[in-house]
Amino acid sequence: MNPEGKKAIWSEYQKEIADDKFFYVRSCIRQNFFPGSEVAFLRIMRDVLKKDVFEHPCHTTCSGIGYHGDVVPVETAMTVVARQFALMTEAGYSNYVPSCITSFGLYTEILDTWHHFPQVEEKVRKQLRKATGREFEKPKNLAHASDVIYKFRKEIAAKAKYKLVNKETGEPLKVVDHIGCHYAKMFPSKGVGGAEYPYVLTGMVEEWGGQIIDYPERRHCCGFGFRQYLVQANRGFSIACSKEKFESMEPYKPDMIITNCPGCPMFLDRWQYVINEMEGKKYGQNGEGIPVFTYEEVAGLVLGFDPWDLGLQMHQIDCEPVLNKIGIEYSKEDKYNLKVIPSYSRSRNLVNV
Amino acid sequence: MNKFGFTISQGRQIDYESNSRRIADYIYDNEPSFRLCIECGACSATCTAGNFTSFSLRELNILIKRGENDQVYQSLKKCMLCGKCSLVCPRGVNTRNIIILAKKAFQLSDEYTV
Amino acid sequence: MKKHVVVIGGGVAGLEVAGQLSRVGIDVSLIEKESATGGNINNWFRLFPDRRRSSEVKEYLDGMNMNHDIRLHTNTTIEKFFRNRNNFSITTNAGKEMTADAVIIATGFDLFKSARKEEYGYGIYDNVITSADLEKMFTEGKIALTDGTAPDTIGIIHCVGSRDEKVGNFYCSKLCCVTAVKQAIEIREFLPDSKVFCFYMDMRMGGALYEELYREAQEKWGVNFIRGKVSEASETIENGLLIKVEDTLAGRPLKMKLDLLVLMAGMEMSEGGKKIARLGGLNTGENKFFVATDSHYGSNRSNIEGVFYAGTCTAPMNITETISHARSAVVEVVDYLKIAKS
Repeated sequence: MNPEGKKAIWSEYQKEIADDKFFYVRSCIRQNFFPGSEVAFLRIMRDVLKKDVFEHPCHTTCSGIGYHGDVVPVETAMTVVARQFALMTEAGYSNYVPSCITSFGLYTEILDTWHHFPQVEEKVRKQLRKATGREFEKPKNLAHASDVIYKFRKEIAAKAKYKLVNKETGEPLKVVDHIGCHYAKMFPSKGVGGAEYPYVLTGMVEEWGGQIIDYPERRHCCGFGFRQYLVQANRGFSIACSKEKFESMEPYKPDMIITNCPGCPMFLDRWQYVINEMEGKKYGQNGEGIPVFTYEEVAGLVLGFDPWDLGLQMHQIDCEPVLNKIGIEYSKEDKYNLKVIPSYSRSRNLVNV
Repeated sequence: MNKFGFTISQGRQIDYESNSRRIADYIYDNEPSFRLCIECGACSATCTAGNFTSFSLRELNILIKRGENDQVYQSLKKCMLCGKCSLVCPRGVNTRNIIILAKKAFQLSDEYTV
Repeated sequence: MKKHVVVIGGGVAGLEVAGQLSRVGIDVSLIEKESATGGNINNWFRLFPDRRRSSEVKEYLDGMNMNHDIRLHTNTTIEKFFRNRNNFSITTNAGKEMTADAVIIATGFDLFKSARKEEYGYGIYDNVITSADLEKMFTEGKIALTDGTAPDTIGIIHCVGSRDEKVGNFYCSKLCCVTAVKQAIEIREFLPDSKVFCFYMDMRMGGALYEELYREAQEKWGVNFIRGKVSEASETIENGLLIKVEDTLAGRPLKMKLDLLVLMAGMEMSEGGKKIARLGGLNTGENKFFVATDSHYGSNRSNIEGVFYAGTCTAPMNITETISHARSAVVEVVDYLKIAKS
């Protein structure tokens, strides 16, 4: 492997990511699977990096889940997205940051469609006006939340309490990065590093002391997809995709997996349990699975947040082996003691609707 | 084991390394013109059996070369050995002999070694 | 007074043009940007279809250029190029100014830069090489992986950088299929225990003895041909490569581990040629090669009277065709110089 070759490609796929004043929109399902991740993003952006991140309480799903599930037609999805942009315009922001990769893919697809077919944009404006009376402006900058963390990875590294290094051997942790398909595969120029060798998570891991593994099925989809997965009998197709990835990464003996999509870590985490139940096979070392993290969780861990505040107890595969390797201090007894973080129990931006 | 309501789908990629080449090797050794096949499909176009069954000599040749032997055996019975394929082959492959040799190769009980 | 023609480019076409022009009594200045002539033929060991050594052809070309007054300028590029009323003014990077009665452009081709096909990992994964890299191994007499061992399974991918919308080259480079077959045979000659697989979209064997070479590759050398375009290559833990391709004729995807992957890089208009096109106001086509004013009986003529083309700067062609094209350029120039200057 010649890393210089990859660096040449990464330098070609650079992307404009805004600096501050972000309009953040949440994911429909992430908070169920990984409840601590979005909160961790807000804590990192507001408390640690002192950035302005605004959440509008009236914002909804982008309806990408319906669009990809074949229940929402594309023009409806465009109108819903237009309403999100209208909320952003009304709040006075122009840097749009979605939390979900499918959202990001949908927004890029819609903005690209409007760019090439202005008459469609006009039609959507009319529809939004008729339905809600709102007007919107297109965001000046669209970046996924992982792009934003990528942009500030050096600042996070400077404030980091821990590194992604095995504290006993001194070796960097072997990390598998899994990028959501909708991040770069549709529009390679909209992803940091392009579609073949995406850099957004690699950059974070390298900055925080870890080492990225390149394995043959790195580009393979985890199988989420929505449209086939919604029907229970079809899930065999989805699980087979994740299984192909696990079989391929196993010989490299990874310590952990980092992802930037809502669905992918859910699949990669839960399917290891299902595969074990169905076939009796575990892919980690020492008879364990490979712990799966979202990038906000990893950022939170290196900054020294309490693992249980990040929601790691909700993971199917136990994360303790990685926490022990890094040397993070945590309390075993507190794992399932839910506590309330006062500053986040009330929404900051209650607006009279 | 819990019942989840689905089973893990099997991959359908041809796994080149794992497949056994014994049928292909037997045919290569005994019918050198087998190497000349370019899978153009002229044989399948004129084939009597192909008209009424799923038999395709072109497809069979490829499956043999890739070692996908399981799918080959049942199909072999459909060939009538009429010889129309040999008539049209642009490369001069002795197509009937391939069918005969393939049948013989399947009857070899052990791993055929060159 | 003797006429003076400037020939831009000292490759196969340029050398043949220069030799033939001087034989009919024309003064020639041959401009070459590298330190030696020969161009792309210097990079090939044996030539299809009969696998004769390229050095023999180079010897012939050098012989053509030896006994006559041909002024050779190496390490020279053109910086200014424009037409006056009756002749052309050319200025080199060394500051030398020349006047020419006619100009023949023979700037040749560059090989497609395979790193642009990111999915094949050229320049990233260790054992991915191009056809030119493989020819170099033939010249040095050793085919080896980066760790020095000989490869067991070798894959050859056709159409890298050609017939590809993603890199902007819609055309077929015409010669990569026969090169792939030739190199497959040569690999099997070097390494008798190796297995060679060619992954093609179509087999384009449209020259004299090319189809016979394809047949020989299958019959005598046991080269395997799989119809399907390889979508991606990844590195395995053994430092080999895992490729994914659809075996289109079997109708199923196929994955295979290879020790060495060879990319058949296509032919593109050379950077030098693109510069001359800009300097001289010469028309290039969608495929970025020079456009001749007539595709049947004027394939050497440019859109500027007195400027002619020879060789692969107009389109992909093999060495036989290049030499023929060069000779027809000479016929055009001789015709032009008699007509315009009588």
